[in-house]
Amino acid sequence: MTKKEWPLWEVFIRSKAGLNHKHVGSLRAADAHMAIENARDVYTRRSEGISIWVVESNNLVASDPSDADSLFEPADSKVYRHPTFYDVPDGISHM
Amino acid sequence: MNSLFEYVLRLGDDSLILGHRLSEWCGHGPILEEDIAMTNISLDLVGQATSLLGYAGELEGKGRDADALAFLRFDRDYKNVLLVEQPNGDFGMTMLRQFFFDAYRKPLFEKLQHSTDKHLAAIAEKSLKETKYHLKHSSEWVIRLGDGTEESNARIQDSLNTLWRYTNELFFTDEVDAELVEKGIVPSLQEIQNEWNATVTAVLTEATLTIPTNNWKQEGGRKGLHSEHLGYILAELQYMQRAYPNMQW
Repeated sequence: MTKKEWPLWEVFIRSKAGLNHKHVGSLRAADAHMAIENARDVYTRRSEGISIWVVESNNLVASDPSDADSLFEPADSKVYRHPTFYDVPDGISHM
Repeated sequence: MNSLFEYVLRLGDDSLILGHRLSEWCGHGPILEEDIAMTNISLDLVGQATSLLGYAGELEGKGRDADALAFLRFDRDYKNVLLVEQPNGDFGMTMLRQFFFDAYRKPLFEKLQHSTDKHLAAIAEKSLKETKYHLKHSSEWVIRLGDGTEESNARIQDSLNTLWRYTNELFFTDEVDAELVEKGIVPSLQEIQNEWNATVTAVLTEATLTIPTNNWKQEGGRKGLHSEHLGYILAELQYMQRAYPNMQW
């Protein structure tokens, strides 16, 4: 017996038409077909979805947690990027 | 004899016994994902058994419901084919047994969903959706294992040599079928067998497996004559109702 594991896959489920696919978890499978079937069995058995995407975890590129300060903190001080920062002048309708 | 009752009972018993057999894998699957997959399929089959045995009880008209038929009959009264009561063996054997069954059930339900008997047609239509998935799942595993490593190939070929003798019984016909085919309520099993042959040949060929040339066939289940395995299944299946009659939870 070999102890080699099957590749890891990330699973995304669309819960209903019009919504986006959302990451729900991961699983192991030998190939893409098996990954879809396993995802169906593991993540949609309580009618959670109408569409499945799987992608091998290897193919995901993630941001480095140690870069979090430089990536995300600068946005914290930029409140003017939120529409609520601005006063809507009188007389503007259909907003 | 009430032919439709007998016919529906046979279908129901196939689902019940195979569903129970498959449920024995629960918690023992080779990987978590497959453990859940087999449990799902098992639950589909038990669900079919509930519908079919419930309807059989109505057709019989003696006040027996699905539970009474599932839990309170003796082994000779069960009409499932011998294939579904065979032991699970290794994972490959379980998948091969499932594949033989699914390849028979899919074309059967495809025809039965157009039955003139509306109740049977409705059960077939619902079960067909499940069965299509079961067949996809089991046939992919047969191909994967057959066309896999040297060991997986040798093991599933062994299972094939063991289970092959039970496949012909899927197409067992007697006066029950003859009467219902004549009335146009159920399809002729000949058509189903042709489709089964095509599916099985295609999948086993792709799986690089050799179909046994030994054509000795084992049957008896449809008449209530079972292998020794059914008694053990029933002992476990019926224990609670036999020990505590009418108990519910």
